[in-house]
Amino acid sequence: MITEKDLTCIVCPVGCIMHVVKDDQDITVTGNACKRGEKYAIDEMTAPKRMVTSSIAIIGGDMPLASVKTSEAVPKEKIDEILREIRITTVKAPVKIGEALIRNIAYTGADILATRNVNE
Amino acid sequence: MIKVDVAVIGGGPAGLAAALSAKENGAKSVLIIERDVRLGGILSQCIHNGFGLHIFKEELTGPEYADRYTERVKNSDINVMLDTMVLEITKDKVIHCISSEEGYSVVQARAIVLAMGCRERTRGALNIAGDRPSGIYTAGSAQYMVNMQSLLPGKTAVILGSGDIGLIMARRMTWEGAKVKMVCELMSYSAGLNRNIAQCLDDNNIPLKFNHTVVKIHGKSRLEGVTIAQVDERFRPIKETYEYVECDTLLLSVGLIPENELTDNLQVDMNPVTKGAIVDEMRQCSLEGVFACGNVLHVHDLVDNVSKEAEIAGRYAAEYVIEGIKTNREIAVRNGENVRYTLPNYIRTDIENLDIYYRVTKTIKPAVINIYADGKLIKSKKARVLNPGEMEDINVEIPNGAKEISVEAKEE
Repeated sequence: MITEKDLTCIVCPVGCIMHVVKDDQDITVTGNACKRGEKYAIDEMTAPKRMVTSSIAIIGGDMPLASVKTSEAVPKEKIDEILREIRITTVKAPVKIGEALIRNIAYTGADILATRNVNE
Repeated sequence: MIKVDVAVIGGGPAGLAAALSAKENGAKSVLIIERDVRLGGILSQCIHNGFGLHIFKEELTGPEYADRYTERVKNSDINVMLDTMVLEITKDKVIHCISSEEGYSVVQARAIVLAMGCRERTRGALNIAGDRPSGIYTAGSAQYMVNMQSLLPGKTAVILGSGDIGLIMARRMTWEGAKVKMVCELMSYSAGLNRNIAQCLDDNNIPLKFNHTVVKIHGKSRLEGVTIAQVDERFRPIKETYEYVECDTLLLSVGLIPENELTDNLQVDMNPVTKGAIVDEMRQCSLEGVFACGNVLHVHDLVDNVSKEAEIAGRYAAEYVIEGIKTNREIAVRNGENVRYTLPNYIRTDIENLDIYYRVTKTIKPAVINIYADGKLIKSKKARVLNPGEMEDINVEIPNGAKEISVEAKEE
């Protein structure tokens, strides 16, 4: 079966509009300006992934929240579960930028890393 | 009175990069004056990723991008005044400021870098008819509530305007459990990046309605709903398309305005298109020793470009106080066909080549960019597509004796 799709690349701000043709063996990508776009398009047709950014509640900090991100792009269908886990977690200050606040979030293998310093 | 070589007004991405650049280029004393309690400016609340691809070759979140610069500032001998509001800057470079801790203070600078950033257009700028309930926010203030204060502005939202902050907030609100019903955009295209439409709206099944606006606001104390409508080619709402949409929150992402109130007092020449100062390639205003960079000069789409521009302003501010700047000509840079504005507006030093930044007036696909010197074509470059929402740049070699450079963009 052949499926065709137009995709907007989200890898960089250029945002190439790519055309993807997928048959039983191959995925052909056109319209991408770079290699990373091709990889994104293939991932998007087989196992779409996203970076997730959010915030975690902090106890005893100079801010109520620490902004966080996933250590790598995670499967799109796991996003809701990841956000839920982040929402029910609280962390004690201080928090350092780059510190892993949740390990292996939603069994994705990715960690949740702080993207902000929060002092006591 | 505090005396400094270079005073930088604003501690956001522009101010941080300008101060570091001034210091690295030999200015002895550099001072950043920031009204917030922390450095970083708007980056602190932009917790999404996508910053720094050009400068750091990796994708950072806003707070991480800011941290790269604030750490360098902390490890330098740049002085920082936080929680300090600048009230007035005079033509002889005296800065009057006030803070709750230090009270009133006066700074005499030899050079000033204006880096105050921009602010959002509000409901008042749009004149939407109807009631005056709570629940109407600019996208950026909603972003501050969600990402800095841990507050959700509402449960059901409509977003007017498809600027990047609006798109980012559509996803942010959805991810925090709110229902974002739609994004209405007056124009037939989005001012935001394609990738934000894809990853913020499409991913979350949020419709983007082009040629649509909000014509009425309903609700006495809290917003209860809005009436949306399609507009015709002259942006007049079409009666037959009126539709009531129930919501408790309306976010506005309808443009940014450089925050130039302090600049006004300096009476420098302003560009009515960018609403920022007119500058030469050093990012120097029409008043010598006063430089401008970042969103106070013109609104940028990418923070990387803000940092680059600020480095230029900071470097020349340092040069200005150390040995003075030698200017020996004045070449005007003008808008050609389909070009809304260029930056810089003038070339004054004997610089051999220069990156000229520009924005086009409409989508051109495929496009060719032509550079003329006194009417003679000196460079041509092709582009797959040029969008009014994206700032472009082109490197130009400046011919000897040129009087005027112009930039045009045409369909190829």
